[in-house]
Amino acid sequence: MPEQIVIVGAGQGGFQAAASLRQNDSNARITLIGEEPGLPYQRPPLSKSFMKDGDPARLLLRPKTFFEKNQINLVEKSRVSFIDRAIKEVETKSGLRFPYDHLILATGARNTKPPIRNVEAHGLHDLRTLADATAMRSAVGSARHAVVIGGGFIGLEFAAQARAAGIEVTVVEMAPRLMARVVSPGISHLFADMHLAMGTQLVFGQPAVEILSTNNGVASGVLLADGTELEGDMVLLASGVQPNTGLAAAAGLEIDNGIVVDHMLQTADPAIFALGDCAAFPEFCSGKRIRLESVQAATDQARAIARNLTGNPAAYDAIAWFWSDQADWKLQIAGLPKENGETHLIRRNHNTATALWFSDGILTCAETVNAAGEHMAARRLLASGLPVTRSDLEMHEYRLTDYLNSTLKAP
Amino acid sequence: MMRAPYHPGNTDKSMPKITFIEQDGTQHEAVVSIGSTVMEGARDNDIAGILADCGGACACSTCHVYIDPAWVDRLPPKESMESDMLDFAFEPDPLRSRLTCQIRVTEALDGLVVFLPEQQI
Ligand SMILES: Cc1cc2nc3c(=O)[nH]c(=O)nc-3n(C[C@H](O)[C@H](O)[C@H](O)COP(=O)(O)OP(=O)(O)OC[C@H]3O[C@@H](n4cnc5c(N)ncnc54)[C@H](O)[C@@H]3O)c2cc1C
Ligand code: FES
Repeated sequence: MPEQIVIVGAGQGGFQAAASLRQNDSNARITLIGEEPGLPYQRPPLSKSFMKDGDPARLLLRPKTFFEKNQINLVEKSRVSFIDRAIKEVETKSGLRFPYDHLILATGARNTKPPIRNVEAHGLHDLRTLADATAMRSAVGSARHAVVIGGGFIGLEFAAQARAAGIEVTVVEMAPRLMARVVSPGISHLFADMHLAMGTQLVFGQPAVEILSTNNGVASGVLLADGTELEGDMVLLASGVQPNTGLAAAAGLEIDNGIVVDHMLQTADPAIFALGDCAAFPEFCSGKRIRLESVQAATDQARAIARNLTGNPAAYDAIAWFWSDQADWKLQIAGLPKENGETHLIRRNHNTATALWFSDGILTCAETVNAAGEHMAARRLLASGLPVTRSDLEMHEYRLTDYLNSTLKAP
Repeated sequence: MMRAPYHPGNTDKSMPKITFIEQDGTQHEAVVSIGSTVMEGARDNDIAGILADCGGACACSTCHVYIDPAWVDRLPPKESMESDMLDFAFEPDPLRSRLTCQIRVTEALDGLVVFLPEQQI
């Protein structure tokens, strides 16, 4: 009997797991079950190019023929509601049952609804799915003033798109700086300057406490803790996500800010793996359990699980990387900062910069702005496993490409 | 930039043909819509070997190919972001390497021949 592999969640990581499994094993029976309608698609463009071109065909990860040709049984519009670990079967809400030898959980994350009054207001937008983005695009067409709650990647990418479309934009961020959870202060400040120069208003340090609405209940603005009322005919809630762990929790699997997996991306049940936005895995350098929301984590973890299931097991040790496009600026991150880390910011000119994170004098992470070469060099250096010290880099004016080239030339 | 409407799977005779050649010599001919990118053409035609993890954002360098020498000068030049990303792609060639997500398909690209690298990452 060929092995039966069931994947729950047909997003970036679920798709990649199916594709990589098929590449490595021509016999396995692969079922990819997703709640959303249609073919698996990519989310990153939803807050970027899709806001401009509105073309859903561009988002697709692969055409329909790919799934037919590779015999990947894609079950769309089906929510898996139950995992029966005793008999190794999953059940969908509509009652379909799929037996598995191995199960991969790729259920992603959902937007958080923070404790804000009237958060159920009609017309309040949030952005996760193609359906959300489609609704936002049509609202952008007639909007004059957008208020964005949350100065993270998605909120800021949208803000830049909306500004470019001529809409007044106010971004409300509870923290004292943009993208505070994920980038160093220097980079936050550069991006704040860029958004301000575009004419976007930034409000820091004030949590939103209420969604204001019109008499007929349509979102019309935001009330801040200090009493400020911000009016907007379009309001976007972009204040972060939480992992979809309910299915795994109900099946008795351990949850700790995500479905807990080991360095092989395997849960305590050897038949069940998890990946991407929903998975909490041990970071290979520090051993600390983390969860990443990125295309890199979803795709590299999918490839690693596919290898593990097809006779090539190896611990997951990929270097994390990320990007965000805001207006014509590209932010890229390679590696991860450590808790005791310190940063060194190098500004090359008004729109090019690098912030390097060091821990005990060793490079762990590079944040770059409009410096793709430096980003790629950082990925190479971090992946090499050889320690890159602060003094090594100082000798090369903190230019990672120069340093990398010098080490490649060295005998 | 204005883009022509993009309709994968909707082929007609006037659409440019692009040939992708694998390391072992296997050739795949892809019919690609004008206005899409070469990467999107590869993806929509199921060309294995173009991963395109970032979906065309010039952020992953996994849509790398070597352009047939005869075509190198006939393509629009690389922007600096593309060259930077390519510097550290898998075995880049200073002249022939390109990221297919950064090449937009026009009529002039009919007959383009590209070679797939041994691996993308
Ligand atoms: C607007 C936006 C912009 C982004 N931009 C970037 C970027 O620039 N760079 C970057 O690296 N990352 C970006 N991301 C993050 C990236 O898209 C995610 O990290 C990635 O999609 C995670 O992949 P995944 O497979 O874990 O989850 P997803 O791609 O979210 O897929 C999970 C799927 O599982 C389905 N599902 C959940 N529960 C069930 C169930 N019980 N049964 C069946 N199906 C289920 C969901 O409906 C969903 O389709 C962005 C995300 C968004 C929303
Ligand atoms: S698809 Fe990622 S760089 Fe081309």
